[in-house]
Amino acid sequence: MRLERRTEAAPAAWIIAPLGAVAVTLLVASALVRWAGAPVGPTWGLLFDGAFGSVFAFSETLTRAIPLMLTGLAAAVAFQARLYNIGAEGQLYAGALAAVAVGGLHGGAGIDLAPWLLFPLMMAAAALAGAALLLGPALLKSRFGVDEVVTTLLLNFIVLLFISLMLDGPMKDPTAMGWPQSVALQPELEFGKLIPRTRVHSGLAWALVLAALVWALMQRTVAGFEIRAVGANARAAAFAGVPVARTVVGVALLSGALAGLAGAIEVAGRTSYLTLDMSPGYGYSGIVIAMLAGLHPLGVVVASLFVAGVLVGADSMSRTMGVPTYLADVIVATALLAMLVAAMLAQYRVRFR
Amino acid sequence: MTEALELLGNAAFWVAVLRIATPLILGTLGVLLCERSGVLNLGIEGIMVAGGFVGWLAVFHGAPLWGGVVAAALAGAAFGGLLAWLTVGLALSQHVSGLGITMLATALSYFGYRVSFPKVSTPPTVTPFAAMDWLPIPLLQQQTPLTLLALALVPLLAWLLYRTPLGLALRMVGENPQAAEGQGIAVAAVRSGAIVAGSALMGVAGSFLTLAAFNAFFFNMVNGRGWICVALVVFASWRPGKALVGALLFAFFDALQLRLQQAGDALLPYQVYLMLPYVLSIVALVVVARNASYPQALMKPYRKGER
Repeated sequence: MRLERRTEAAPAAWIIAPLGAVAVTLLVASALVRWAGAPVGPTWGLLFDGAFGSVFAFSETLTRAIPLMLTGLAAAVAFQARLYNIGAEGQLYAGALAAVAVGGLHGGAGIDLAPWLLFPLMMAAAALAGAALLLGPALLKSRFGVDEVVTTLLLNFIVLLFISLMLDGPMKDPTAMGWPQSVALQPELEFGKLIPRTRVHSGLAWALVLAALVWALMQRTVAGFEIRAVGANARAAAFAGVPVARTVVGVALLSGALAGLAGAIEVAGRTSYLTLDMSPGYGYSGIVIAMLAGLHPLGVVVASLFVAGVLVGADSMSRTMGVPTYLADVIVATALLAMLVAAMLAQYRVRFR
Repeated sequence: MTEALELLGNAAFWVAVLRIATPLILGTLGVLLCERSGVLNLGIEGIMVAGGFVGWLAVFHGAPLWGGVVAAALAGAAFGGLLAWLTVGLALSQHVSGLGITMLATALSYFGYRVSFPKVSTPPTVTPFAAMDWLPIPLLQQQTPLTLLALALVPLLAWLLYRTPLGLALRMVGENPQAAEGQGIAVAAVRSGAIVAGSALMGVAGSFLTLAAFNAFFFNMVNGRGWICVALVVFASWRPGKALVGALLFAFFDALQLRLQQAGDALLPYQVYLMLPYVLSIVALVVVARNASYPQALMKPYRKGER
């Protein structure tokens, strides 16, 4: 078997291939539903209803999509420059920790500043914390050639332990009866709700605006062009005068900041304090979302709605059908691999010979 | 300080070092095999979960312990086969394919566990491998046969890589696939074989956790061990002997932090001790980075006829 690049554009392939990927994903997941002993059709129906079937369901999906959009953007910008940031999970927690450190009610009071001043400080601290966390691996990559995949992955574990340390110590909520949870945010710093009686908060606007800004940066500025050039061919970019090392570090700061903001927005919009299970792997899902979106910032918005819908829908379906919620993770992982294959088959022709 | 010195004379401590090192040796050898052929295998974390789960499940359903190990190897090989198709057959991104395999293998294992045991709160257990009391070698006596297997695989893999035509072909494919093709070596077949075999080893590494170190399957039980193996291979400069040294060194520090943690009069919060293995892995990467001699074709997909 070998692959041959298609010489002429094949619009049909670009339509058939993704549909094939969806079909494969549905097939794999349906087989698992059967294995779990549930009827396939109604299970899918419940999953869909749980994600998009009512205003409440859709509001839950939107709420879940907010952090996913941001971690998806974080992965998309980094991957554009071939900086494999797998550390968005840790950067998200670092951002959440920074947000609580700045905006938290420490000892019942907290930093005494007007909310309009403290709020931007809190968001900036979160962005900085995320950026700082990725700066190390980016510098190690550009200075010493240390693979960033492994360093960012390992940092996720270190950050979670550090958060656990903070929740036992300086950030501990003394009223939480020994439950590992941080002090709450000052109430004035929390996001408002977008739709009454749901959990959708104005963090959604932040995520959408940031997606548009990232798109503008990548498509309409020199910096964006340089990022894409470094990703396409770092040696050619260097030859053309692009400062490769500086671009990689810049991308790292941006990517880390986006993931850090995801943490602050989760705290300010949904939880109002930090716990160790605040993120069920949003950082890792962000990678899937970026790939499903073809690294396109606006595609990230759509892909995060899909992934959030699967996660929320599976939760709701599982309560009725008893099919384990891990079905959602299988769907997401299968969709990732199937879409990768589909994109390849749309560009290449397979020759068996 | 004197306590620390006493520790080094304590046989139980060294027994723990060998036990902690075992899954790392197996996993690191697996990564090494893949990377020597030119393919990064980030599927390891999930393949270890799958190996641990499948191996344990087989034994739970009445298979002999070694049957469980074989089942774990087969599960690993199956995911390896999928990864080989994606990265070698279709020449897709090795980073993303590997992460996708980790997500898929982990999700399938957790799903399978929940389907098989929907209502349990305490994980069901099996009778794990017993220590090899019959062996007249002091430290190995307290280990399970899987540790012996891991230790035996080190020279075996070294012999395979450096003393056989197959090993030569494998290393050549990882350094210069064009030249290898010119010599009549089937690049895709060699790479696929290396990934499948390496992934089988990762599956066995996972089964050590559920069939020897513990007697049950837990969520998050692999806990980054796979990623640590990926770091250890760099530290070992892609050499089996050094991989053994690296895994033992790493296990030494891990056992040390466990003892310090349990000492009671711990100076630092327990989280600091738990961080140590991950910090050490990063430090190890940085230390060797300058002199690291990566296989030249690592992470470069090979398409026949393309340069």
